[in-house]
Amino acid sequence: MLKYKRRIRKSLGFPAFNNMYINVLELLEEAAKKNPDTVALSDENNSVTYREFLLKAKSIGSYLANNKCGRLNAPRPIGVLIGRNIESIISFMGCVYSGNFYVPIDITMPKARLDLMLDTLKPAAIIDAAHNEKVSIPNTIKYDEMVNCNIDEEKLTDIRTISIDTDPLYAIFTSGSTGVPKGVLVSHRSVIDLVEQFEVAFGFESNLVFANQAPFDFDVSVKDIYNAIKHSSTIEIIPKKYFMMPAKLVEYLAQKNVNVMIWAVSALRIIADFKALSLKIKPESVKYIMFSGEAMPVKTLKYLRSELPDVTYVNLYGPTEITCNCTYYKIPQELESETYIPIGKPFRNTKVFLIDENGALIDKEGVKGELCVSGTCLALGYYNNPEKTSEVFRFDKNISEYPVRMYCTGDIAYYDKNMNLVFASRKDFQIKHMGHRIELGEIEAVLNTYSGIRIACCIFDKEAQKIICFYESDAECMKDIVAFLKEQLPKYMWPNKYVWYEKLPYNKNGKIDRKLLSENLKEFIK
Amino acid sequence: MEKLLEILEEIRPDVDFANEKKLIDDGVLDSFDIIQVVMTLNENYGIDINVEDLEPDNFNTVEAMMELITKLQNE
Repeated sequence: MLKYKRRIRKSLGFPAFNNMYINVLELLEEAAKKNPDTVALSDENNSVTYREFLLKAKSIGSYLANNKCGRLNAPRPIGVLIGRNIESIISFMGCVYSGNFYVPIDITMPKARLDLMLDTLKPAAIIDAAHNEKVSIPNTIKYDEMVNCNIDEEKLTDIRTISIDTDPLYAIFTSGSTGVPKGVLVSHRSVIDLVEQFEVAFGFESNLVFANQAPFDFDVSVKDIYNAIKHSSTIEIIPKKYFMMPAKLVEYLAQKNVNVMIWAVSALRIIADFKALSLKIKPESVKYIMFSGEAMPVKTLKYLRSELPDVTYVNLYGPTEITCNCTYYKIPQELESETYIPIGKPFRNTKVFLIDENGALIDKEGVKGELCVSGTCLALGYYNNPEKTSEVFRFDKNISEYPVRMYCTGDIAYYDKNMNLVFASRKDFQIKHMGHRIELGEIEAVLNTYSGIRIACCIFDKEAQKIICFYESDAECMKDIVAFLKEQLPKYMWPNKYVWYEKLPYNKNGKIDRKLLSENLKEFIK
Repeated sequence: MEKLLEILEEIRPDVDFANEKKLIDDGVLDSFDIIQVVMTLNENYGIDINVEDLEPDNFNTVEAMMELITKLQNE
């Protein structure tokens, strides 16, 4: 049967029939055919054209497939140790050629958290795309060992023949409230839909330069990778160090003739806070600045627009579970409000709605409810975690005649007078801090495994943008806690302030009185 | 210098500021730390660290930071 299917598909090649894509590799193959000599990927040291990109990805796919790491019955996870380099993206596509899905992994993450991820994944292989000198993870294969492997077209064809668009493409980890990170699993279909709807909404032309700011284990980078490939464009991977030198960063953007910036709000703030656009050199080539991750302060936006007035500014909203973004808001010349920027309206082919505590639909202006999403953009679920998956990927109770999946974001939002959605708050203890999505519960779960303290809780001071840790122990031991956390959690999860209690305040139910602690945050922040 | 060390340790209690010589070049501090450091130094020393002062050489060591502060205070 496989042979027969293969013969049919082989005679046809793998074209996307009338742009009906079923695999992201079709986007790459199309770009390599139309614009083989266009620079596809570029970092501080290296660059590749689309022709080279395609060949290298096929080599890696062939290596994996011929070394017992190819697709089995279903795609398997392949970990990729990422760097700020072109090898990372080439490795991703190599994994896809092998019939599997990729999982970007930041090797600088504390070992304890890395182990939790690997435990969940049990990856078929791990590719070291970052040329790490020492890697302590078993089954790690060096990028250089794979990239010159002979391409096994027949094997790659076999694999492609059985691929379908609902196969997983990647998993990206996000904070989990119980202390275990969750791997959000996203399909080819969802990503293809994403780039198609971006094209409808923003009309990207070809041969653009996308300035990649987001690390590859962040789903913001998914938009750079696939929008760029779809439009035969260049992904310019900006070295991390530039984000500490805003003047140099702006110079770099100008020098690389950047057109599109799809960035985290926190990164744009670095430019705005230091007024780095008010220097001699301006990145005049920029056409689009899109931002997401947290609320964009109005004053930051005003600064950007005063220096780069002809740019299209777009506020994007959405959690990783719905494939990057589900709503967008093109910033009009006249701001609707001086205090907030709406998250706007849903992308085409995406249903976004609000429900009240009873699950009933809200359609009135100003009434707050939980934002839920349905459609092709929904992730497949959390990898190897059916409990968490069924908790938030639920069936829409408003439609009882047939099952409709929806994702409940936990974000509370409302409609403004123009029926644009506006983000209000969180339903739970999830926060956005330094551009990261963090479950305070994850920090607490880890803190509470530390034997030096009795109990701890974390509260986020929104105004000061600080995580405050209240802990109970016999004596003050901040330095010890810090040293402990360093081994357990990534830096962005470390509390910014520690407050010691011999006995924390408790409420009637015997729980830590978070309300009381929250009310007195100002006392603890200088 | 004591005061500066105290300020820095408040921001990153896990870093040995007195002995680190490549705070930026070795990636000990990231962009978020730098912004915090700049904001706090501006506030505490009544200075205005300019975007063009944001060079690795000015932040790699405590001594370099002190030098920058003194320079800006005398301007």
